[in-house]
Amino acid sequence: MDFTFKEEHVAFSDSIRKFLMVEAAPEMLREIWETESGRSKTLREKLAEQGLTALSVPEEFNGIGLGDLDWVLIHQELGYYAIPDSLTDTAYLATYLLSHLSTDASLKKEWLPKIANGSARVAVGHPRNPLVADAANADLLLLWHEDEVHAVRRKQVQLTQHPSIDMSRRLYQVNWTPSDTTRICPARIGKALWEGLVDRAALAAAAQLLGLAQRMLDLGIDYAAQRKQFGKPIGSFQAVKHHLADVAVKIEFAKPVLYRAAYAVMREQPRRSVHVSHAKLAAGDAAWLAARKSIQVHGAMGYTWEADLQMFMKRAWALDAAWGERAFHKKRIADFIYADQAPLGPGETFT
Amino acid sequence: MRLEYTEKQKAFRAEIREWLAAHVPSKPLVSFDTREGFEQHREWERTLNAGHWSAVTWPSELGGRGCDLIEWLIFEEEYWRAGAPLRVNQNGIFLLAPTLMEYGTDEQKQRFLPRMAAGDDIWAQGWSEPGAGSDMAAIRCKAIRDGDHYVINGQKTWSTRAAYADWLFGLFRTDPDSMRHHGLTFILLPLNLPGISIRPIKQLNGLPGFAEIFFDDVRVPVENRMGDEGSGWSVAMATAGFERGLMLRSPGRFQQTAKSLIDLYKQYRQSADADSALGDAAVKAWMDAEAYALATYSTASRLRKGGQIGAEASTNKIFWSEMDLAMHEAAMHMLGPRAELMSPSPQSAGDGHWLDGFLFAQAGPIYAGSNEIQRNIIAERMLGLPRS
Repeated sequence: MDFTFKEEHVAFSDSIRKFLMVEAAPEMLREIWETESGRSKTLREKLAEQGLTALSVPEEFNGIGLGDLDWVLIHQELGYYAIPDSLTDTAYLATYLLSHLSTDASLKKEWLPKIANGSARVAVGHPRNPLVADAANADLLLLWHEDEVHAVRRKQVQLTQHPSIDMSRRLYQVNWTPSDTTRICPARIGKALWEGLVDRAALAAAAQLLGLAQRMLDLGIDYAAQRKQFGKPIGSFQAVKHHLADVAVKIEFAKPVLYRAAYAVMREQPRRSVHVSHAKLAAGDAAWLAARKSIQVHGAMGYTWEADLQMFMKRAWALDAAWGERAFHKKRIADFIYADQAPLGPGETFT
Repeated sequence: MRLEYTEKQKAFRAEIREWLAAHVPSKPLVSFDTREGFEQHREWERTLNAGHWSAVTWPSELGGRGCDLIEWLIFEEEYWRAGAPLRVNQNGIFLLAPTLMEYGTDEQKQRFLPRMAAGDDIWAQGWSEPGAGSDMAAIRCKAIRDGDHYVINGQKTWSTRAAYADWLFGLFRTDPDSMRHHGLTFILLPLNLPGISIRPIKQLNGLPGFAEIFFDDVRVPVENRMGDEGSGWSVAMATAGFERGLMLRSPGRFQQTAKSLIDLYKQYRQSADADSALGDAAVKAWMDAEAYALATYSTASRLRKGGQIGAEASTNKIFWSEMDLAMHEAAMHMLGPRAELMSPSPQSAGDGHWLDGFLFAQAGPIYAGSNEIQRNIIAERMLGLPRS
């Protein structure tokens, strides 16, 4: 039993944090928000240079072949910096689907190396989300149809954009026609594959939410330490301190839940879906509390477009319902705890 | 990261599980806030000690098993799972002992620890005074040096089970001209010394679980001091760190409560007008108890690799005390009009254990440093916000 990350995991995510600190300043995020595509080619190239697009592509397809535990720390950083890119969908989720396909090796050969080198974007559509993120930028779309997996090129679909309050999210309704030629995986295999995908997607959202929560807490701390009223920094007042301390507590107790979920997914443990749902709920709760408390501490500034806080709040509000709204995740936990003979109580945490 | 137990850890779990199955009293003991119950719980401490289970994290030469923190967690899980009696010597074994091991002399360790493990000495705490609660540095109870003794005059209060305990540890002002956290000294003393009078205070449940202690020229030998004269504040802070940190409330306790709440909800939801919001409360109880367990395993893993306990001490205290309150509030709502009923009403729930737990949960956010104080600590030491 050892619930700590290996040094190389921590070192890698530290290096990514330092990179993003320089490359993903809030001013740059604002610029990308204002562009039509909402995506930056330059940023994508830099993410690829850091190895992020290749992270979980198998080595035989020119990737690095790392797994869920590596991603969970990276996703926290991507959340912390509110990175406007389809990196998660392409390099984590689509890569998971493609590398687990047994039937169509040519598809793997075509797309996995391009994902690894950062030249391809792949969108993923699943009914858990009514709209498909980044469909317009995608070279390829992997779409759910009755538990089958279908692969569709960008030109084979019609898109209608639905604007989100989070301008870095680009959401589309996708009109397409499933056929024998688009099907790349039958339902009997696809069902488990999609379940694994939903777990990973929710895990990635949870990790980003926790990163966002930390960012909003940090912004609140900075503001409270600088802003003076009654002749003192407002952060010296207990009412303000306690708002921020509450956020810190939520984050502290969501982190180990997130890491255990990542471990359970990596090890394909039987209870992984319950753990992922727990992580998603805990991280969503932390992120929403961080948003509420941070805007309160920011006062009127927090309600402006000018304050950077808005970018992180909006991402948090949106991601909370992505890849399973709260009711979905609560139900997965309720089904587990209310089952006859459910393994509950002391000593069952790791059974 | 490796979230599986080793074979050795599994064997340890099996061993304690088997021992508890054979030894846990089949009938619940009387509350340890009464004289009769206190002595019953002392007997249980002796039983535990006879099996070398009373202080598993201590070195074996002092009566323990030299367990690391992961084994301690396993022990605690099995202990709560078995429904074993509450630990009447918790203050000694989990709070004073780690401080003694760090600051005590070898002679003090030999003198106090084996008797503590054996249940021969049961310890109470002496921190709060009428004018020093959350503001502990306002302590006024004096211990003035007179040759090879300290002469103690003053008052302590809110001392849990001091009416029955054998010994007391706490902070006293040895320099009468000192201010705040200077000039305080950590002293250990038997509660039967001449000049000590103890007045029990009834708690919310009507039992005399608290006591006030009055000192009138009480003479305590200098060798009962722990650490240097005047260094009591830092010694006490080490105790407070352990108390709030890891060992005061182990996760097994709350996981057991969460499990009971889930069982209660399974019955409750069959009633026609069940409030589904209470189902959410049961889901949250499971999630929070699980999160607390995971956080504790994470801290224990870190400490085992040489890390230090830091702000977890304060975040833990807030988290478990609020979780415990939320779980018991949900149970009271599920029980509805039965919630108020006490034993021996045949309609009282589980012999009144939800009601007892609910009352006790009210104290959680107050004792061991109120949650407001914990939030200040988090804000200032963890988040770096300016002091008020």
